[in-house]
Amino acid sequence: MRRALALAALAAVPLAVLGVFFVLPVLGMVSEGFWTDGRFDPAAVLEVLGRPRVHRVVWFTVWSASAGTALSLLLGVPAAHLLHRRRFPGRRVLRAVLLVPFVLPTVVVGVAFRELIGEAGPLGFLGLDGSAAAIVAGLVFFNVAVVIRAVGAAWESLDPRPAEAAAALGASPAHVFRTVTLPMLRPAIMSAASVVFLFCATAFGVVLTLGGLRYSSVETEIYLLTTNLLDLQAAAALSIVQLVAITSLLVVTSRLRAVPDPTLARSTARPPRVSRADWPGLLATGLVVVLVGLPVAALVAGSLQVGDGYGLANYRALDTVGSRSALLVPVTDALVTSLRTAVDATWMSLSLGLLVAVVVTRRSRSRTERRARGLLDGLFMLPLGVSAVTLGFGFLITLDRPPVDFRDSLLLVPIAQALVALPLVVRTLAPVLGGVDDRQRQAAASLGAGPLRAFLTVDLPAMWKPLLAAAGFAFAVSLGEFGATSFLAREDHPTLPIVIYHLIGHPGAMNYGMALAASVVLAGTTALVMLLVERLRVPSVGSF
Amino acid sequence: MLTLAHLTVEYDGAPAVVDASLALEDGHVLAVLGPSGSGKSTLLRAVAGLEPAAAGSISWDGHDLAGVPTHRRGFALMFQDGQLFGHLTVARNVGYALRLRRTPNAAARVRELLALVGLEGYEDRLPATLSGGERQRVALARSLAVQPRLLLLDEPLSALDAGLRERLATDLRDILRAAGTTALMVTHDQDEAFTVADRLAVMRDGRIVQQGDIAEVWRAPADPETALFLGYARVLSGPRAGALLRAAGLREAPAVAVRRSALVVADRGPLSGTVVSGRVTPELIRLVVDVDGIGELDAVARLDTHPGAGDRVALVVDASRLAVTPAGH
Repeated sequence: MRRALALAALAAVPLAVLGVFFVLPVLGMVSEGFWTDGRFDPAAVLEVLGRPRVHRVVWFTVWSASAGTALSLLLGVPAAHLLHRRRFPGRRVLRAVLLVPFVLPTVVVGVAFRELIGEAGPLGFLGLDGSAAAIVAGLVFFNVAVVIRAVGAAWESLDPRPAEAAAALGASPAHVFRTVTLPMLRPAIMSAASVVFLFCATAFGVVLTLGGLRYSSVETEIYLLTTNLLDLQAAAALSIVQLVAITSLLVVTSRLRAVPDPTLARSTARPPRVSRADWPGLLATGLVVVLVGLPVAALVAGSLQVGDGYGLANYRALDTVGSRSALLVPVTDALVTSLRTAVDATWMSLSLGLLVAVVVTRRSRSRTERRARGLLDGLFMLPLGVSAVTLGFGFLITLDRPPVDFRDSLLLVPIAQALVALPLVVRTLAPVLGGVDDRQRQAAASLGAGPLRAFLTVDLPAMWKPLLAAAGFAFAVSLGEFGATSFLAREDHPTLPIVIYHLIGHPGAMNYGMALAASVVLAGTTALVMLLVERLRVPSVGSF
Repeated sequence: MLTLAHLTVEYDGAPAVVDASLALEDGHVLAVLGPSGSGKSTLLRAVAGLEPAAAGSISWDGHDLAGVPTHRRGFALMFQDGQLFGHLTVARNVGYALRLRRTPNAAARVRELLALVGLEGYEDRLPATLSGGERQRVALARSLAVQPRLLLLDEPLSALDAGLRERLATDLRDILRAAGTTALMVTHDQDEAFTVADRLAVMRDGRIVQQGDIAEVWRAPADPETALFLGYARVLSGPRAGALLRAAGLREAPAVAVRRSALVVADRGPLSGTVVSGRVTPELIRLVVDVDGIGELDAVARLDTHPGAGDRVALVVDASRLAVTPAGH
């Protein structure tokens, strides 16, 4: 009983926050679809789902996400092997650099890809602009980092002895990989695949900036229906489809997620040098570097282009509102807003995430308790799957009347961003807390330490680095968040991604140049944060 | 004084400890001996307050401990692998509980404790730089720091290698005696229990099957299974038991537990038999002998004798290595 109360007390704050700022908005959005003029009317939802355009949108979402996932795995798994199981100079730097794309703002990536493959771009002759291939490439750009990270971490801690035993029994390297290594990696690969699929299926910024009018995913379609066509019912119907699909996917994911076993024999053997036999890893890593490097290079080059020459004019223009007053505030103001918002979002998601991580990793005494913790774990992963657009739109329609009137509150944006970052924070902290031997806490308790003191003695020393890493992660995610923010940011207080999106939409070479320069600034800031995080060497960062 | 009355502990509805009753007087060391999976660790965890009791009670000096959390029980728990705090030095580990209670002069007490466990001068070392035995000594010092009213030891020596285990078991007994500590130890190792404890409780399948003074339990196992677990090699019953007891000059009983060294090859003796096999050990020769009228039994012979398979030998019985037990089921 006492334990149940303690569990409830710890979970109360995150649950309340999740209830008001996540469940309520999402339910508001869902009910928008089912109720017409106060009447329960499910027929409207069915009507929307019968539209041919909706079919096209759903089909595009499924196949582009599948293609993105498959390609991410194809490139990511061999690259993970090279980067985590082989030794070569510059390995750590390369690993850090390849983690950056994951937190790059989606808008920035969209801009970078357009700069690369657009009509005037260096790869313009390929005619990829506005094509589905470009969208899939954009999805892979983001998610290959997730695969490398998750699979690499698992691979690194894999006990090499079974593979050695198989080799000693006469198995060739290929045979060892197929019969021993791959089965052991399967949980990590499956969970990476499902998370990547999730990210691909809910990608917003990339599809919006690269897809133009020809291609639309469920996520962008919700956005267009709400903001351009004002067809709220259709938007709600699509949200429901997305919610159901993604919740089921999350349930599957949580089943697949390998439970880290602290008693597992961890190998810290020095990885061997790169040899010729590593050609698949070398090839994949090379392709990933090209895929990640080219758009970024094109972006930087474009931002420095002024007329026919090169210069810093685009950067100098960042303290203006653009040509023909494209913006309400200068870009530099938006940067300050972005940083302030990110600070708020970081402390919010960090304190919530810490509570959640503690709640879900404490040892359970009964099956009911274990179930309750498992359920909470899944619940706090939901923001990972529910589209940021749905969340942002839900905020708009539910939090605008008493008792929860936050419409004008400047905290609305950071709260939404904190919720978007929450699953990542929890996934960074929970494995570390779960890896702490519970008997350490018991030893502290038997020496007379209360729960708080035991936490300070046992958990905190193991946690401060992951906490810092999670903070950096949340900060970077908040800086780049576009989906929810695009609904919630006030016109006079836009964040940097919003400003960039506005600048692309306004005609004028000057505005476009400024968008590129602002993108470079934003990318540079998030990359810097991520590189600092990587220096902390927390294994669970970015693995789900 | 620790009292367990009809204690039952369950994991997800499956009982791990069933109806266990125990009493441990102040100043005594009780070993709970049982094979793995017998529920002995669960019993210890329940006493520590880490598992709730499904039924029955645990009390100290007559006060029921239900609802008293681990950190308020004043029972120190020492784990099989020490569970030292890796980021704290030896001195800070040992002084951990002292700092919690803001004990004045903690540094002197830490030095005293380290001297007690034979680790003078180890104050500034980190746990990772210690050997397994040293770590267990530090863990013991840490547990003893605030003079707990009860020390709980969970297989304290099992993680160590054989030679070290023997030495440390003697040290542990001496340290516990010197500190006058009341202790409850769970172990699966008979030698460890015999060396450290003065009271013994035997657990099997979640139940306490026998308890009492350690020598008494050894002398009179409650049933054949307990006898076998306590290190007796075989349990004879019926006419075979009668024949052996007669040869030993004891009164007849329905069953008797026999240690491996109960029969000794001699020039002449009350029993005779044919050697089935032999094995030389550093101290003596261990034989299996087909004893006339009884059947196969273990026996020992001095190193300077050379009985081979098929040889006829005479045997005497060492009555102190037999234990009369109630008949098996």
